[in-house]
Amino acid sequence: MSWARKILRVDLTKGTCTAEPLKMDWAALFLGQRGLATKYFTAEVDPKVDPLSPANKVIYATGPLTGTMASTGGRYSVITKGPLTGAIACSNSGGYFGAELKMAGWDMIILEGRSPKPVFLHIENDHAELLDASAIWGKSTWDTEAWLKKHFQDPQMRVSGIGPAGETGCLYAAVVNDLHRAAGRSGVGTVLGSKNLKAIAVRGTKGVGNVKDPAAFMKATAAAKKVLADNAVTGQGLPKFGTQVLMNVINEIGALPTRNHRDVQFDGAKDISAEAMHAPRKTDGKPNLVTNQACFGCTIACGRISKIDESHFTVVNKPQYWGASGGLEYEAAWALGAANGVNDLEALTYANFRANEDGWDPISFGATVGAVMELYEMGVLKKEQLGIEAPFGSAQALAFFADQVGKGEGFGKEIALGSKRLTAKYGHPELSMTVKGQEFPAYDSRGIQGMGLAYATSNRGACHLRGYTVASEVLGIPVKTDPHVTEGKAGLVKAFQDATAVFDSSGLCLFTSFAWTLQDVAPQLQAACEGDWSLDNLNLVGERIWNLEKEFNLAAGLTKKDDDLPPRLKKEAAKTGPAKGLVNGLDKMLPEYYQLRGWNAEGVPTAETRKRLGTAALE
Amino acid sequence: MQKSLHIDPAKCTGCLQCEMACSYENYQVFNPAKSRIKVFDFHHTGRKVPYTCTQCDEAWCLHACPVEAIKLDAATGAKVVLENVCVGCKVCTIACPFGTVNYVQDTGKVQKCDLCGGNPACAEACPTGAITYVDADWTGLEKMRQWAQKLDSQPAAGHAD
Repeated sequence: MSWARKILRVDLTKGTCTAEPLKMDWAALFLGQRGLATKYFTAEVDPKVDPLSPANKVIYATGPLTGTMASTGGRYSVITKGPLTGAIACSNSGGYFGAELKMAGWDMIILEGRSPKPVFLHIENDHAELLDASAIWGKSTWDTEAWLKKHFQDPQMRVSGIGPAGETGCLYAAVVNDLHRAAGRSGVGTVLGSKNLKAIAVRGTKGVGNVKDPAAFMKATAAAKKVLADNAVTGQGLPKFGTQVLMNVINEIGALPTRNHRDVQFDGAKDISAEAMHAPRKTDGKPNLVTNQACFGCTIACGRISKIDESHFTVVNKPQYWGASGGLEYEAAWALGAANGVNDLEALTYANFRANEDGWDPISFGATVGAVMELYEMGVLKKEQLGIEAPFGSAQALAFFADQVGKGEGFGKEIALGSKRLTAKYGHPELSMTVKGQEFPAYDSRGIQGMGLAYATSNRGACHLRGYTVASEVLGIPVKTDPHVTEGKAGLVKAFQDATAVFDSSGLCLFTSFAWTLQDVAPQLQAACEGDWSLDNLNLVGERIWNLEKEFNLAAGLTKKDDDLPPRLKKEAAKTGPAKGLVNGLDKMLPEYYQLRGWNAEGVPTAETRKRLGTAALE
Repeated sequence: MQKSLHIDPAKCTGCLQCEMACSYENYQVFNPAKSRIKVFDFHHTGRKVPYTCTQCDEAWCLHACPVEAIKLDAATGAKVVLENVCVGCKVCTIACPFGTVNYVQDTGKVQKCDLCGGNPACAEACPTGAITYVDADWTGLEKMRQWAQKLDSQPAAGHAD
């Protein structure tokens, strides 16, 4: 069975917590987590809702394999309508919180309304209640977790919630759990803040004891773990180097967006790479990286635990940052570093700590600072407004803004709105490196053509976690394709998008897909869950989820115009590297993509497609 | 040959596969709350340390038990709780200097590591070799081998140029 078969509905306006049975007929169609929560969300929320109004909802959702011995089975997702994009938002996190929620006996929490005053949700197995959060409102995610554990005298509880960024209206506020794991993107934390919900503290001691066929499940998960261990990426590269293994690789192929996408290669890439994190520092002889760390149930362990040089300007006289904490993953290292031309590894690590502590997305923040630096170099923004000189490459400016953004202080208040709103305000919307208002991650689509289409069509705005064709175009997983051509990329993007939706709905981590295909996932689901989880059906489930998200966005008012890239990527050719001379050929890929999806020329699913998938236009 | 659980914290990633394997072995449920081995995450140093009963020869828990519910398994050396004898008085939890015997609310008995009868599920599940089950007299063998290897890589005496 593996679903807990129970959801918690929390009405923040009334202050009530109610248990409901999980709709198993929906689980059969949408699996769990991302997919099933999207079904609930789209059935209950008006797509035209103002994301920060009480009528928006937030769903915390686990998958059927969350809290099991399947490798990486500890994930949860946060689903809402995103304030940064106006599109459906779905952010995924690891750590230990998701498994704890499942072990308390809940598949999902649906949060609705708005509390009249700051509250937190306390869950201990079946018991759930809203409690006064006035003692922690305004506190960092780190202090909030410490306060809750002390308050309940329970060091084993797990906490997920917002920092100051979610309270001050930063449009890309994250939901942070276990100190440094995050449902980081699209402003899901901003919506929690708008509901006056500070945190969810969970203790679950029931466990997960209802897998359908325990013997088959143990056999299937053991076989799948062996695949991860034997694979060069998941067995060696990720544990040793983390996702940062990509920094030098992506730079060499000329797809590392640099200085707000002016360039595609960064001369400082080696200074902020995985290799640099391993190298002893000149100052204290110690490396930035302390160790790797796994999330719940994960046999890969790609997480980075880092320690900042105590003599570095960012932390000197600030001993609260001298301990080890969540270090740089590739996307954050890129956004805080290459996107701004900053090659100071310690400054990047400091900004990353601050992102976790205050609860904001380092990708959107870093990319927005990149736009600010370009506007500064153009003379549009001045030191007097910014409070600091902010040329590309300034680690001082990066750290300065990282201190401000979560609390909404100084110019940080404007950076907190993201690059789309900021560049528009200062008369240069063309400098916003975004899709649907969300900033790009760390792959330049001039050097990796398929990613241009993946970004443009991603249902949550520009994102690397909705169709990671980098795997094929750069790493050759599952097969190598030429990153410089547009031919064949429409089908590739669709396949990655649909498969990703299944991984995100299962409770497993997407990073397993460096080694696993759905063929490795299917036997694990089949052994754990009632129903048909054959490969064929999983492909259909993934496509159904993707289409339902799309229906929400269409009903929310998004159109073909929103499936687009900034002019810079379509008109300004890459200046250096293997992709020199190339722009992204989105226009050559998009019509074919719509056709393969069974959508009309405007990107709307046809009646036939809706019938085949059992979806419908939303109102 | 008796074997011991041997723990190498430097290899632990904090994945908790050991805790799930333990609870699954003993209660058929994936549930760290029921695990007899716990992984401690010392966040400020980044160190993760799995910790469980080391099966003392002169076991405080065994001697403290007023109803003789803790017995020696002669084959494995484990000190095993007899659930049908245990009265849940918890005196053993006070006597144990290490905290590795604990009360279980659901059953009204105490629980501790019993080495799974000689095939510990935690060691089997550990993906990194942080928990191994090795010759009880030679838990230091691997560490000795590593230091010996350092000597092996140095020039032999008398052969220096």
